Amino acid sequence: MHLLLYHIGRYVLLLKKVFSRPEKGRVYLNQTLDELVTIGFNSVGIVVIISIFMGAVITLQTAYNIENPLIPIYLIGLGTRDSMILEFSSTVVGLVLAGKVGSNIASEIGTMRVTEQIDALEIMGINSASFLILPKILAAVIFFPFLTVISMFVGIFGGWAAGVLTGAVSSTAFIYGLQYAFVPFYVVYALIKTIVFAFIIVSVSAYEGYYCQGGALEVGRASTRAVVYSSLVILLFNVIITQLLLAK
Amino acid sequence: MIEVQNISKSFADKKVLQNISVTFETGKTNLIIGQSGSGKTVLMKLLVGLIEVDEGNIFFDGRNFTVMDFKERKNVRKEFGMVFQGGALFDSLTVLENVVFPLNVFSNMSKSEKIDRAQFCLKRVNLENAGHLYPSEISGGMKKRVAIARAIALNPKYLFCDEPNSGLDPQTSIVIDNLIKEITDEYQMTTIINTHDMNSVMEIGDKIVFIYKGSKLWEGSKHDIMQSECDELNDFIFASEFTRLIKKHF
Repeated sequence: MHLLLYHIGRYVLLLKKVFSRPEKGRVYLNQTLDELVTIGFNSVGIVVIISIFMGAVITLQTAYNIENPLIPIYLIGLGTRDSMILEFSSTVVGLVLAGKVGSNIASEIGTMRVTEQIDALEIMGINSASFLILPKILAAVIFFPFLTVISMFVGIFGGWAAGVLTGAVSSTAFIYGLQYAFVPFYVVYALIKTIVFAFIIVSVSAYEGYYCQGGALEVGRASTRAVVYSSLVILLFNVIITQLLLAK
Repeated sequence: MIEVQNISKSFADKKVLQNISVTFETGKTNLIIGQSGSGKTVLMKLLVGLIEVDEGNIFFDGRNFTVMDFKERKNVRKEFGMVFQGGALFDSLTVLENVVFPLNVFSNMSKSEKIDRAQFCLKRVNLENAGHLYPSEISGGMKKRVAIARAIALNPKYLFCDEPNSGLDPQTSIVIDNLIKEITDEYQMTTIINTHDMNSVMEIGDKIVFIYKGSKLWEGSKHDIMQSECDELNDFIFASEFTRLIKKHF
């Protein structure tokens, strides 16, 4: 418990440093644009691939479980849509990005720490925490919602393709299900979750990298911890946000 | 000029530095020497503010660095240049971009002026043709020279070098030493070098401070070393049979 409080306290102090006034806005802007490519654009591929297969599996499993003839077949489309929007495109993609982006951030910053590059920044008079972490947070918070929207569309397309190609559901029934009882707030809810998850992934991973000490072995450990802890925090906040936004 | 007054530092129960007082003079190469684990790296980290002193004060031309807040320290640090043991070059940037980096953050120069300044610094360390290379593509000696070029890009008043010769062959070490010495003379900087390279001591040691088990045991110039009667210093400097012979016949 004492250790947990220590880490939470140090994490909050790091965030305070991260959000202090930048040295030169122009430099931060360029950094943020670079990070948009590294963190955001380079993650489009994995998000598309995972979403297609997730959508396909949801459709097939839903179809497999609908045995009662009284249940309308268009519910397969509805189930795929709501599962993708409510959970898969935000939370599952968030967990995947915690693995891809989180480990990358922790190892990048951790390596900078052990090779004294962060010390070099500090000695130049640069707020290293803000310089290294703020652009990554901004890039993730800006770009991850786009990834979630891409995931929603691609996942639903994957579900449609799998359903139609296997004959589990007709195209008309699936599309009818997609349009049936649509709640636009679900999209807002998913995007709010995504923004929170983006912040968690970058800040927790950066924290692990920033306070890494030692050599290559410790950088590897920091990278593993970044993925584990950011995933756990994502799951915790998934419950909290769902209770706050969807509970009646 | 950097004045260190009675500084001490402990980690947990271990006292690493005890009551160190020393003055590092402007326009001179000031060397901190001592065995591994004697506390010289900690002393340098205290000087640049990477770790905090427990007791004592550090003055940079009369400004008390130890009592400054973050913002005031930031302004003093803009006058620092530092060459790290491993170079600490930014992996994702080319050699030229590494040297331009401090100019991007702290100067109001135009893009072409910044590149001209960086090229000038690279030329100063004889690396004018290496600007397009990445740190992973250059040798250890070249990395040290790029680090020197980056350190002098903003015309620092204080240059700190942490073991600039570690991992280098004797010839390259002398090149680096002479370069640091020339730059110190040229820009009239206060240069502090952490080293246990005896060639450096005898080549460029305008002022030498010997740290032994966390305390300052001796200080003087490279000329004073031969006459020194400090046993610990003599054991350290003249550790090999060869150097003992030199001392005997001096």
